[in-house]
Amino acid sequence: MQSDISVRDVKKPAAKRLTKDKVRKFLAGTRTKNGAVKTVAVYALLICIGFIYLYPVLYMVSASFMSLDDLLDSSIKWIPGRLNVSNYVQAGQSMNFWKSFRQSVLIAGLPTLCTLLSCSVIGYGLARFRFPGNGVIMGIIVFSFVLPGQVLMIPTYVMYSEMKILGTLWSFILPALLGQGLNAPIFILIFRQFFRTVPRALIEAASIDGAGYFRSFWRISLPAAVPAFITVSLFSFVWYWNESYLTELYVHGVLTDSGWTTLVLQLRAFASNYNAYQVTAQSGATSLNEALKMAGTLLAVLPLLIMYFVLQKYFTESIDRTGITGE
Amino acid sequence: MTTASAKERIRNEKKARQHVRIKKGKLARREALAGLLFVLPWIIGAIVFLAYPLVTSFTYGLNNIRITPKGYKFKYIGYGNYTQILLSDTAFLPDLADYVISTLISVPVIVVFALLIAMMLNMKIRGRSFFRVIFFLPVIIVSGPILGMLTEQNAGSVSAIDTQAISAAIGSFLPEILAKPVSGLFANMVTILWYSGVPILLFLSGLQKIDSSMYEASYIDGAGGWETFWKITLPQLKNIVLLSCVYTVVFVSSNDNNTLIALIKASMFSGTKEKGYGYASAMAWLYSLVVLLIVGLFALILTTRKDKYEKEARRTDRELRKEARKIRRVQRRQAKHAKRYQRT
Repeated sequence: MQSDISVRDVKKPAAKRLTKDKVRKFLAGTRTKNGAVKTVAVYALLICIGFIYLYPVLYMVSASFMSLDDLLDSSIKWIPGRLNVSNYVQAGQSMNFWKSFRQSVLIAGLPTLCTLLSCSVIGYGLARFRFPGNGVIMGIIVFSFVLPGQVLMIPTYVMYSEMKILGTLWSFILPALLGQGLNAPIFILIFRQFFRTVPRALIEAASIDGAGYFRSFWRISLPAAVPAFITVSLFSFVWYWNESYLTELYVHGVLTDSGWTTLVLQLRAFASNYNAYQVTAQSGATSLNEALKMAGTLLAVLPLLIMYFVLQKYFTESIDRTGITGE
Repeated sequence: MTTASAKERIRNEKKARQHVRIKKGKLARREALAGLLFVLPWIIGAIVFLAYPLVTSFTYGLNNIRITPKGYKFKYIGYGNYTQILLSDTAFLPDLADYVISTLISVPVIVVFALLIAMMLNMKIRGRSFFRVIFFLPVIIVSGPILGMLTEQNAGSVSAIDTQAISAAIGSFLPEILAKPVSGLFANMVTILWYSGVPILLFLSGLQKIDSSMYEASYIDGAGGWETFWKITLPQLKNIVLLSCVYTVVFVSSNDNNTLIALIKASMFSGTKEKGYGYASAMAWLYSLVVLLIVGLFALILTTRKDKYEKEARRTDRELRKEARKIRRVQRRQAKHAKRYQRT
């Protein structure tokens, strides 16, 4: 630091009356302002880590546009020779994009709606009322989050197959309706935390005015909990969309194919899907390569990416307001 | 004793009891009932989708289950599944060891990274919302198949960082059992960083909840940035550190990339005679115990370390109580002696 200051002192003309103290303040900062050194370091770190974060996405985008020649050409690293869209067409066709997309939206969307419904009611019950076993229920909820799903998976699978709902959307909707959906413990806690901040006086006033329990929930607490609803629906949708393990087991079928599929599942079986497609397609299909795989990957995340960039304000801000970490 | 006085005594007792235990009012009972009504969906769900499968899968684990056209055929074999998994399954134990070591190493790294990034994002810098968008991106796109696809194409590591050299350097001074996961850490830098998406969110909201007057007070008392971090920021975030650790462990454990859960699924649908639902259940139980142990370990490490001030307060409390006991004892003895002297 010391040498740095002296160098700067020499460089700057004395006419500007640059005192040592001023330079020190500029570099190291004052109590209200961050110093230049710190600011530069923070920006550098953020940009570096940000680059590492974005690297796979950038790589994906760049590679997905490459033709076979570009892939083989070692001089081409980032920017493809020409914009090649055929990778997307072929990958999309082999993944059966539109059908998978529609089904993905259904598989992620309907359970999310059910989760919203059930978790808001349950969270309200836990936040607003005191009843015996309230604490025990909270404990079980936390435990059920930590418990790996694999231990419950096999009997649940058998149960579903006996109920004849295996390979249908019901196997996702039913648990979601009863507050046992994917990551439901987190959502219940978010709702509980949020409903606790609704002033009790408001609800008491409503009950004096003759509102019952359900009415005061519906008319007073729910409208106040809009940020919680936004957060929960976004996260639930994203998590259901990205879930592949359970989706394969319950909805798609492991050994059989129920006809339900999602983009992420299609991506998982991309190689075999593509080979099957290549056999049936006309001569235009190229053999499976890196660019095709990346195009497929990008297609699988593209709907979420678009959603994210449209709704990013809600993603980044709703967290602050929901108090996800109130515990 | 006359009957009248007995009646009176009973009445008095009743009155006393009423005084001690207040009968629950109608409103309180109705409230409790309404609360249970609201939570009822969860209770039903917990019985059907949590308690029942938990018990059933334990009994499955003790059986050999074969699927015949007539239905499931159970054969009780005690802990046979467990001995088979532990003694003759070639994949389970090595995978489990890999999983435990890599989790124990990567989770702290993920959480520390998340805290670092969250603290930088919490500063007053220009373009904060832009950086936020970048750092929250992994929350959206992290999923098993996508990560698998990216690592398969070597996009999981940054080619600008020479991972080969790093892992060679690590291999030279760490024992072999640690060298592999640590160098794996560098090779999968991006994946590790991507896992920290949700912890960043948690930390950010935690940082924003810290009362700024605390920072002001510490500044007035002459604390520097370093001291402020260790004495104010970190203790305030203690719960969130635990939360992030638990979340990360759960996420890593239920991710489709995890070889162990893939193994469980594979043995569930394996057609061989000795495997099947029972075998997979036993495996799932072993796996769950390990995951719960890891979570417990993190909880233990993070919650048992008491604050210095808390410790001191506790010590003085203990001493005060000791003193009070001593005084009581002296008083008791004095009373006893006084009685004895009166008698004689």
